[in-house]
Parts: sequence; C-alpha cells; structure tokens
Amino acid sequence: MSTAIFVALIAFAVVNSAGWDDVKQSFFDRQEFEEAFPEILSAFWTNVKIFLVAEVFILVFALLIAVLRSVPGPVFFPVRALAVVYVDLFRGIPTILVIYILGFGVPALALPGVPIGPLFWGIVSLVLVYSAYVSEVYRAGIDSVHPSQAAAARSLGLTHGQALRFVVIPQAVRRVIPPLLNDFIGLQKDTALVALLGVVEAFRQSQIDVAGSFNYTPYIATAIIFVALTVPMARFTDWLIARDKRRQQAGRVA
Amino acid sequence: MRTVLFGLTLTSLALVLAATATGTPSGPAQSGSCAKANLNLVKDGQLSLATDNPAFPPWWGGAAKKPWQVSNPASGKGYESAVAYAVAKQLGFSKGQVAWSAVPFNNSFRPGKKPFDFYMAQVSYSKERAQNVSFSNSYYYVNQAVVANAGTPITRVGTVAGLRRYKLGAQVGTTSYAYIQNIIRPSQSAAVYDSNNDAISALNAGQIDGIVVDLPTAFFVVAVQLDDGEIVGKLPQRGAREQFGMVFQKGNTLVRCVNRALNRLWANGTIKGLQRKYLAQAGAPDLR
Repeated sequence: MSTAIFVALIAFAVVNSAGWDDVKQSFFDRQEFEEAFPEILSAFWTNVKIFLVAEVFILVFALLIAVLRSVPGPVFFPVRALAVVYVDLFRGIPTILVIYILGFGVPALALPGVPIGPLFWGIVSLVLVYSAYVSEVYRAGIDSVHPSQAAAARSLGLTHGQALRFVVIPQAVRRVIPPLLNDFIGLQKDTALVALLGVVEAFRQSQIDVAGSFNYTPYIATAIIFVALTVPMARFTDWLIARDKRRQQAGRVA
Repeated sequence: MRTVLFGLTLTSLALVLAATATGTPSGPAQSGSCAKANLNLVKDGQLSLATDNPAFPPWWGGAAKKPWQVSNPASGKGYESAVAYAVAKQLGFSKGQVAWSAVPFNNSFRPGKKPFDFYMAQVSYSKERAQNVSFSNSYYYVNQAVVANAGTPITRVGTVAGLRRYKLGAQVGTTSYAYIQNIIRPSQSAAVYDSNNDAISALNAGQIDGIVVDLPTAFFVVAVQLDDGEIVGKLPQRGAREQFGMVFQKGNTLVRCVNRALNRLWANGTIKGLQRKYLAQAGAPDLR
C-alpha cells in the first residue's frame, strides 16, 4: 500500500513538473517511436549475432584461462604467469581502447591473410576483454568447490586434469551461473561499442534516428528492446538454477 | 519669405528622414523589437553562442585555446565564426560581448532551456528537426562530396551510380549519411562513425572505400587529415537544397532578428565574401 502511494507521489511530481511537456515530447513521442522501432529492431539482429558468437568463445576461452591459472607445479609457472598477465591486461584496459586499437590498428597493418572487417575485430575485442572477467568468475567457482572434492578425486586415482574435468568444474560451473549470466547481460550492452568501428547496430541506429529528428524517443525504443531481451533470460536462468537445486537436493527431507 | 522657410523645413525634414531611414550596411539594427535591449537572450548584455568541440576548419579557425581543441571560435576566423560575429555586429553586439561555450552536437537539441542563444556547427535544416528546435535562415547551401585515398578504384568513378558498389562511410547524425542512404543507395550498407576522424581511420584501414562529407570539410580532410587523399567528386544536389542554419530554442523570438541580420548580410555581399575567403572551392570534379 505504502509502495503504491510512494510511486503515485513520484509520478504526480514528475507529471506536474515545469518541464514535463517538453520531456514528454522529447522522450515519449508516439509517432517517432512507431517510425524508429522497426529500423532499430532490424539493426538489433546485429547485436544478437555479435553477443551470441562472442559468448560461445568467451565461455570456452575464459574456462581455459581459469584452468591454466590453477595448474599446479613449478614447471607450469610460465603458463600461470601468462594467464595472470592476460587477465590483468584485459581487465585493466578500457574496452573502448581495445576496440579502437584492434579494430583500426590491426587492419591498418595490412597483414596478409588477416581479416580486416570491423565486425570481426569488434567480436575479437569483446571476446578478449570479457574472457578476462569471466575467467575470474570461473576461478571463484572453482575455488568455492570444497577441497575435499578434489582430494577425494585424487585419492581415487584421478589425475589433476581428470579431477578437474569430472569432479570440480561441473560443480564449479553450476555455482557460478548467476554471475555468468550477469556478465552475459553486460556483454549484450557492450555490443554497442562495436558501433565505434562503423557497424550499424541498435544503439547506433537509434542515434541516427535521434539526430535526424532531434527527438530522443528512439533511445527509449532501444531500451525497451534490451529490457525485453534481458527479462526472459533472467527468468530462464532462475528456473535453471531452481531445477539444478532440486536435482542436487533430491531426496532430502523438505 | 514664408515659402523659403517652408522649403527649408521641408528640405531639412527630408534630410533628417534620409539620414535615419536606412543605417549604413554595418550599422546595428535599432528599430523596434530587434533593438539590442529588447532581444530575448539567455544572459542580458551578451550573445551566448555555442558550438561543438573540436571545431574544425574551414568552419572555425585561429589557434587552439583551452578548452577548445584544434581552433578557437572566439577568434572570428573560419567561416562559421566569421558569420557569427557578423550577425552579432548586426544585432548590436561588439566582439567582446559574444561568449562561447562548448556543447556536443547531441546535447544541442536536448529538451529544456538551452544554455545558448544559438548554436552553430554545420547543422542542416530539416522539417523533422524543426519540430523540436527553431532554425535560422540558411547561412550556407551545402554540397556533399566523396573523399578517398588516391590510387584506389573508387577514385575513377564519375557518376553517382558508379558509387553503389563501394563501401561508404559517414559521420553519425549527418545529412552525409542520409545522402548515402537515400540517394546513392549502395549495395553494402554504409558504415557510420562517431566522428570523421574515425571514418578516416577506417578509410586508412581499408574497411571503407570512401567517406561522404560536405564539400568544404572534404577539402580540409584531403589537405590536412589524409596523407594521400583526393576528392572523388562533388555530389549533385537532389531534391530540396540542403542548407545550414543556426539552432535556437523552439519558439525563440530571437530567430526573427537573426534572420533579418542574415538577410542583410546576404544582400550586402558579406556572406559571399566570407565564403570566398574561407570556403574556396576549386578543383572538385562534379559527379553526375
């Protein structure tokens, strides 16, 4: 009840503020919305392609980095060091800079056989940057699996690699599904950065529409599309986690 | 005696009328609602103008002065700066009474009260845009042009249709991009960049074949920004003639006074003179 009153108060204050008509016309213009929405939706498929392709590579590459980082033994020190340097570097450099440097710099070198397309280098940049973040998520998951699991696996005669593959990682990944989804959602927004390289995706298309009419409503259209994508995915993930919990705790006294 | 007196009065009256009827071409407008004291200004006593930062030649000039990169709008050099000061003078403002602020293009049409009296940054008039801001009359009629690196196949193109097979790029929010979409209609969708600088990086990286910009900017790009660039050609005007206008708060009555000033500047040749001085346009082939 009090929430409803609070929301109603805020709505009342906004609608009766001095500049509301101006803002309403600028951000919530119906005709502008209807004109811009189809264009933005078709440009949105570029974003979808980018994050679907990138996410596959990120999940695999990040797991590889997380595993490399935990390889035991002094002989593997260079491998661990490389993984650490990679993660520090790509979490440190702002994503925009990585996109600029790789997207404009590498094609300008005109190396034979190296692709120069902006979409390619945009995806590569996103994969490199996000793998650094996601590898830390995996590492947290791996560390959170109780050491008795690894010890039990080793005592059964599994090698370190087999213990990882069959015992630790399946449990680790299940635990970190919420933060993995978090990063996936962040990736969906960051696909907009590929527009720096000239690719026309949803944000860029809305920017074009905004500049063409001097009206900000296309930005609202883009926001709606992204939220419409995020909400079902979040609910699906919640369902996945709940199902997983049910399976793990099957048979326990309720 | 009475006729002489009468004649003298008439002549003196006529002389007074003649002297006050039309001011000298560079004199300020003092009549009625466009008198300096009656203007609708953001800050009384000064003309608050704005443009984007960096402000590129040939539209703006002078040595860069913080916070302005590349040029200094307050210098009066560069076509838009010169036109701004000419208009200011017509309205009755001295050079010292004009203040500049940097406003990104995307903020210039934000809703709410604008922090400037008018905004100049090669903004093209369009009917859709005019629903949300007020535009002055034209101070420049625009031609688009195509820029590319010398020696590439696109430089041999002589017609608009010939451009269709190439990958073109333009800056976001420009009528250059609209020209590509609506008139050139290439087979590959155009690439869109935050700035012409990024488009130039893409051109040098081989990701696009040509950039579409307005003609004066094309000269600047080739002369200064590209190592080995050339203008493929000047694109033909199609449909309504594209024009630059100053951007005002919607409904601002100042537009009327600025339009009067602009009319005077067109009529007395000031604008043509400034175009000759800053926008010399020799050496661009016409694309049919």
